[in-house]
Amino acid sequence: MNKTLRRLAAVMMVMFVVLMGSATAIQFFQAEALNANPRNARAFTKQFNNARGPIVVGGVPIAESVPVDSSFGFQRVFGGGDPAIAEMYAHVTGYFSISRGTSGIERQENEFLNGQAPALWVDRVHNMLTGQVNRGSSVELTLDGFLQQVSWEAMNGQRGSVMAIDTRTGAIRSMVSYPSFDPNPLAVHSTSLANERYNEVLYSDHRPMDNRVLRQVHPPGSTFKMIVAAAALEAGYTINTQLPAPHRFRLPNTTHYLRNFGDRTCSPTGQGSMYELMVISCNTSFAMLALELGEDRIRDMAQRFGFGENFRVPMWSVASRFPEAGDAFTADRLALAAIGQGDVMVTPLVMGLMAAAIANDGVMMQPYLVQTIRDPNLEVIFEAEPQALRQVVSPEVAAGLTEMMIGSVRDWGSTGWRARIPGVDVAGKTGTAQTARGVAPHTWFTVFAPAEDPVIAVVVMIENGGHMGMDGTAASVAVPIAHRVLLAALGLDADGQPIGPVEPDPEAGGEQDDILPNEPAEQPEAGGDE
Amino acid sequence: MSAVALEYQTWEVRTHRPWRLAELWLLLLSVGAGLGAIALVGLGLDGELSDRFWTEAVWLAALALVAHVVVRFAAPYADQAILPTVFFLNGIGVAMIMRIEASPARAAANADAVRQMQWSILGVVMACLVLWLLRDHRLLRKFTYTSMFIGLGLIALPLAPGIGRTINGATRWIVIGGLSMQPAEFAKIFLAIFFAGYLVTARDSLALAGPKVLGIQLPRMRDLGPILVVWAASIAVLVFQTDLGVSLLFFGMFVAMLYMATDRISWMIIGGLMFVGGAAALWVSFPHVAQRMDGWLNAMDPAVIEAPGGSWQIVQGLFGMAEGGMLGSGLGRGNPYIVPFSFSDFIFASLGEELGLIGVMAILVAFLVLCERGLRTALLVRDGFGKLLAGGFAFVLALQVFVVVGGITRVIPMTGLALPFMAQGGSAVLANWIIVAVLLRISDDARRPSLAPERGQVAIAPTPEEVVAGQMPTQAVAPLEGVEPVFDAQAGGDEK
Repeated sequence: MNKTLRRLAAVMMVMFVVLMGSATAIQFFQAEALNANPRNARAFTKQFNNARGPIVVGGVPIAESVPVDSSFGFQRVFGGGDPAIAEMYAHVTGYFSISRGTSGIERQENEFLNGQAPALWVDRVHNMLTGQVNRGSSVELTLDGFLQQVSWEAMNGQRGSVMAIDTRTGAIRSMVSYPSFDPNPLAVHSTSLANERYNEVLYSDHRPMDNRVLRQVHPPGSTFKMIVAAAALEAGYTINTQLPAPHRFRLPNTTHYLRNFGDRTCSPTGQGSMYELMVISCNTSFAMLALELGEDRIRDMAQRFGFGENFRVPMWSVASRFPEAGDAFTADRLALAAIGQGDVMVTPLVMGLMAAAIANDGVMMQPYLVQTIRDPNLEVIFEAEPQALRQVVSPEVAAGLTEMMIGSVRDWGSTGWRARIPGVDVAGKTGTAQTARGVAPHTWFTVFAPAEDPVIAVVVMIENGGHMGMDGTAASVAVPIAHRVLLAALGLDADGQPIGPVEPDPEAGGEQDDILPNEPAEQPEAGGDE
Repeated sequence: MSAVALEYQTWEVRTHRPWRLAELWLLLLSVGAGLGAIALVGLGLDGELSDRFWTEAVWLAALALVAHVVVRFAAPYADQAILPTVFFLNGIGVAMIMRIEASPARAAANADAVRQMQWSILGVVMACLVLWLLRDHRLLRKFTYTSMFIGLGLIALPLAPGIGRTINGATRWIVIGGLSMQPAEFAKIFLAIFFAGYLVTARDSLALAGPKVLGIQLPRMRDLGPILVVWAASIAVLVFQTDLGVSLLFFGMFVAMLYMATDRISWMIIGGLMFVGGAAALWVSFPHVAQRMDGWLNAMDPAVIEAPGGSWQIVQGLFGMAEGGMLGSGLGRGNPYIVPFSFSDFIFASLGEELGLIGVMAILVAFLVLCERGLRTALLVRDGFGKLLAGGFAFVLALQVFVVVGGITRVIPMTGLALPFMAQGGSAVLANWIIVAVLLRISDDARRPSLAPERGQVAIAPTPEEVVAGQMPTQAVAPLEGVEPVFDAQAGGDEK
């Protein structure tokens, strides 16, 4: 029997070699692919055991991993655990859920936050050799804590969003969206609880998880007249060109009449300069102007201002939409599009970038949220460089647009008058967009200041008339919010008096330490302690 | 062990027992490895030794010492590598279960290292009792047919109403007084005894040549009876208990022992074809078998992963092993508890994650050493029954490792047997320790030096005439220079 036993021993050897081979295949050859498998929750769960890096605004962490006495080792804490602060920043930080992954900066800068980014390999090797635990890098944002606070409070619980952006660099200085959510309960270590709370937020009204600045599109209303005007200026019109301004305008090939806001007349003479008509935001004349220019010019201008484009800040925005050329896009649709109704849909981001580009002599800057990334030893491993995307319009066209926007705030009878600041030229454009009969309109205001040497652009978008409902207009709802944000950004009080040598500066973000949650926004001295 | 020392000991072998220093030394190493693992679990989780470390340490060390002493007296010539290997596997297994137990995950709620340690203690005690009471393994041959009935009864037990339990699709458990057991683990012992007893008697007729088909010598048709019976029993297990693992284990053991006994490769081919054919027929006709197959062949297909009863578990195991990579996360540093049954059926994936490919290789090599020592025992023992029994035990252990690890690493479909000595499960630990005891018993017999002169020893042993004449040479068994006595080569030569 010994012969068969020896053969059996060989068979047994083969069996074990097969097992060793299959274990090697999985743990060595396929390991990388398995680790990268989207269904592999482990790679993510592991991060709960990591000293994940913080997300920092003005030197204060708005998301950080705190050591806790549990098998996970660390608990992600947002806004220092204060729900009010956490909600204010929720759309920027995103959530960090054991079962639902991440969003926002937590997602986009994950590699740096968890210390696995290729740029950090020197640290990892060092840690491996010295036996230290890998720690994540800190991500410092361009946000200004004070401005964020003011933006959030100015919205006063109205559904919508506010963004402030440095016109010279594209650095986003504030970004708030309401309704919001508290990411803290979602960062719980129990999968079932995390799922439950996630669903609770997900299925509550008005999509609180959406970053409305980036992820929702709405009809822009009259703010779109800026694009029509830009196309006209480029086509050889000037701001003084006389345009027809009838009381009503019959949409081509239909029986519908286009009217002005409140069914008012634009001009007693039936015509006016482009400047005048922009200041009073005359619907009929801009609809007619658009028809005269043709859809191609309008579409081209819209695309240059960022329609159809996905911006990355580093979260991705959805694309704003101007209708494609085609049979469905008839002349009457174009006329409606010219006043920002009908088929045109836009993100607040693009509206803000439009104002910023006009302010920046027609050059659109790449918007960005991440200013600096530092490794655990505080070495800078990434520093944002302002980047021009393109020359959207010539400086001359931009100057013309600026003129009209200044008028839209400064002049008598303008819609943006509530944004006036004594001693400062403010340039802005309102928009009040009807969505459906009997539904309160969306209100827009996009603005920059100071007009002669712009530093900051602000876009406000409040859905369905905000607290004013059907009575809400851009002038009454959106403009006052932008006004407060502008004052805070410029470091001025309501009378236009400086409250401190504050100038929004992307470099300054790191030194400011001014998150004072209970400080009323009207007392902006907190922002002046640089 | 130096050869000189061995030579010196074996010189006095007829009056003194071997010191079994090799075993003692290896036990020190293997218990050390187990304790190191338990210590690392505490250090990896909390940065300090677990509260239970010293309790576990004392128990493990005491068990090893007791086992060593018992073997020294009850089976002094037994293979010295078997016991330490088993202690190594058992210790690492307890450490792994302890680590899973420490996790808060719901999937780990049933992990219980204390219980496993208690079962291990019971297992060692049982093994010692078997060694002490069973003085000659050939006694077991008397129970050939009793064993058959007990074995088959045990396999069928989970089907008994009232005590049988179906867990995760397989009817493999019985519950008596709150205590759940897998009777198949014990059936393994009895069926091995039955197969060995039956085959040692029937081997000559089974080996007779029948018709030759395609160049393969087939057995006589009338000898197909027994294999048909075992095949039918295996398929019945597959059909009524939906337990591919147990079915494969017993049929594989039978075919291997049949081959061992008859040296007819045709038995293996016939057996293999019958099993694959039967399983394939079931695959076609039973949806749950088909599902199991699908989970094996298309494990990474998202639809199969999501499907209820699909490959989610196996894929989680693969993710865990991949996460471990070459070096592993370290004990207490990974997330093996994500995988359901990470402490029992999937303990191999847990080991892969936390100990890495290196650790898994070490464990597989330990199993290989254990099984090869079992086969070596079969090679050395002189009686046919002992050869078949030791060979059968060694092979069934190897096959069980293959079925378990192969299932987790997608070599074969997932079955859900327990990895011997490592997976949490009282019946498995107990049964496998008893197998170890029987192996040690056979090994002791195999290596016990015989008083009768053996081949190669004739020149130095007293000739029969000398014995008759009463002329006992003063140095009758003194080894010639450079020539080792045969039993010496057996006892000492293996350690090299």
